Amino acid sequence: MSWAGKILRVNLTAGTVKSEPLNMEWAQAYIGSRGLGTKYLVEEVDATVDPLSADNKIIWATGPLTGTMASTGGRYTVITKGPLTGAIACSNSGGYWGAEFKMAGWDMVIFEGKSAKPVFLYVNDDLAELRDASHLWGKSVWETEEIIKKGLQDPLTRVSSIGKAGENGVLFAAVVNDLHRAAGRSGVGAVMGSKNLKAIAVRGTKGVGNIRDPKAFMAATKAAKKVLAENGVTGTGLPAMGTQVLMSVINEIGALPTRNHQEVQFEGAKDIGAEAMATPRKTDGKKQLVTNQACFGCTIACGRISKMDEGHFTIENKPQYRGANGGLEYEAAWALGAANGVNDLEALQYVNMLCNEEGIDPITFGATIGAVMELYGMGILTKEQLGIEAPFGSARAVAFLAEETVNGRGFGKEIAMGSKRLTAKYGHPELSMSSKGQEFPAYDSRAIQGIGLAYATSNRGGCHLRGYTIASEVLGIPVKTDPLESKGKPELVKAFQDATAAFDSAGLCIFTTFAWGLQDLSPQMQGACGEQYTIEELAKIGERIWNMEREFNNRAGFTKADDSLPPRLTSVEGACKTGPAKGKFNELATMLPLYYEARGWDPEGRPTAATRERLSL
Amino acid sequence: MQKVLHINADKCTGCLQCEMACAFDNYGTFATAKSRIKVFDFHHTGKKVPYTCTQCDEAWCLHACPVEAITVDKLTGAKVVNETTCVGCKVCTIACPFGTINYVQETGKVQKCDLCGGEPACADACPTGAITFIDANWTGLGKMAQWADKLGNQPTAA
Repeated sequence: MSWAGKILRVNLTAGTVKSEPLNMEWAQAYIGSRGLGTKYLVEEVDATVDPLSADNKIIWATGPLTGTMASTGGRYTVITKGPLTGAIACSNSGGYWGAEFKMAGWDMVIFEGKSAKPVFLYVNDDLAELRDASHLWGKSVWETEEIIKKGLQDPLTRVSSIGKAGENGVLFAAVVNDLHRAAGRSGVGAVMGSKNLKAIAVRGTKGVGNIRDPKAFMAATKAAKKVLAENGVTGTGLPAMGTQVLMSVINEIGALPTRNHQEVQFEGAKDIGAEAMATPRKTDGKKQLVTNQACFGCTIACGRISKMDEGHFTIENKPQYRGANGGLEYEAAWALGAANGVNDLEALQYVNMLCNEEGIDPITFGATIGAVMELYGMGILTKEQLGIEAPFGSARAVAFLAEETVNGRGFGKEIAMGSKRLTAKYGHPELSMSSKGQEFPAYDSRAIQGIGLAYATSNRGGCHLRGYTIASEVLGIPVKTDPLESKGKPELVKAFQDATAAFDSAGLCIFTTFAWGLQDLSPQMQGACGEQYTIEELAKIGERIWNMEREFNNRAGFTKADDSLPPRLTSVEGACKTGPAKGKFNELATMLPLYYEARGWDPEGRPTAATRERLSL
Repeated sequence: MQKVLHINADKCTGCLQCEMACAFDNYGTFATAKSRIKVFDFHHTGKKVPYTCTQCDEAWCLHACPVEAITVDKLTGAKVVNETTCVGCKVCTIACPFGTINYVQETGKVQKCDLCGGEPACADACPTGAITFIDANWTGLGKMAQWADKLGNQPTAA
């Protein structure tokens, strides 16, 4: 067990909220969170639906381990058809909201239709009702959370909401909870906004109590926590340095995409990484990094809490940004910094706060600015259009364009489309560093072969979190593979993708996999849910989920041609100019057919009948 | 030797493992809402602070109780609520200067930390050592050792 066994179904058009039993057959086969939420979506939504129409649905789903003492067991996933990509969108978040929702006695909530006026869903254990949100519309994530808590006179309420970006339909708008934890990618926030749904406020006092074998579960979680504590990455590196520990490592191996992937090493990397955050500033003698922070149940605690230099130009006369706040993670620091050639750490933290405050994905935003700056350098975009001079390296431009984007002003309305649509509009689609319309994160696929295949085949578009082969190719987890070698990577990518789907679906954080494999997940799942969750079964479920997502995309119109990388990354002309990977480009054309074969797909990238049968699809 | 819960807020990450462990030990369910230890998250400073009953020697709650439902566990020194005696009058919740004894509407009784009979689940679950269960007479030992180290083990200034 350990599923609550109940879900909420909210029809926003009719204004109704209903409780229904969880489909336990699906729960057993797809676990929860990412897998189970996606199963509901693909069964209920036509894959060809317009993502921003009332016919699309959006689901908040927890896993069976969400809200338990399993380390990192606090996550939830937002699942919908994504407006940025047109593919399956599935973004998960930590913080405390997911556990609170599960403790209120629900596994997931499905929203359908569209409300005529702004509303928020209020859940307090069994009570679940739609409430007017006119007073919240136009407010930021931070304001929304505060107003809801004050209105309810309940500081213990947890809120998952959108800011102005989601309301304005920014195609990479995020859903944010607990001030600075986000279901960040693929524009799930824009779908929420399109339905006039502002927030879900939750108070859960029932708890998660139906653990199948409490004694076995507690022993398994304790043993697994010991593995995390004794591992160099999860026990020492991440709590001390956060994911930002990667900045210098990735730059050294020549895999740090710089200035819209024109280069692979950034001369300013040292100014924007973990060491810079922990070094006293010249201006005020204080460090940007204040402390680390955990999400619910997490014994790693990689989160950053930072404090800006009060004299920095970005926050003159803006006292709301002076306190401690959610700090830079590696992907955000890269996207806002290296991708644009900007090395002003304070400016990056300011924009990072804006992303959380109004709810946008810093990766897609930063990467889109990279494309804007390249177009500016080519003379295609001008100062008059942008409202500011925007050469690579301009911190002022990044900060100004971030303000324009989150507030829906000026050229910000065009940035809101993401890089694929923007570069196409200005006649240079090849400058969008994306796959399936979603921008790549902070690892260059010319210097790290496997991650390029993982980007190209990711079901939600360019993304590192669907198969983090960096673990193997760079960090040697669980075994070291050569990042410059494409041989063996199709099988490696498949194994990472399948295992990740299982972890995501259990309700745990993927960062545990720096130390854990399915052998660590299995006993926890067995203790909580059932004996059937062996290592083999979890891998099979992961593969089933992957294929289910793939088939949704295929039905939505995606083909083999969409499993692609931009020419800059796959051609001799674009090859790495410096570093250990000098002269390398991504060998996707070689890897892709082998990947299809390893997956049991036909040469067009469609699961064969035999594969479908083997996975009970 | 009597032991007490000792809190070092600087080490707290806000993971709430302590709250879950407390609820699980007392109610068999993972419910932070039922925990007798609470972690407070002060966003504007980044500080996370766990807080629970310190087991006062002359406990206000114990003296205020009109039905003598709160007694001292001789083994641990904990002030323990006897649920069968408690009438839910809540006078103890008013008397306690620290807010660490609270009413539970589901049971109609009050609850507070009872040190889990001598093996506090919160301290056991804390991954960072922010909550420890140590010798009551020597809660300052760790800090003393740090300062002693500074006094005696640093290279002498030239």
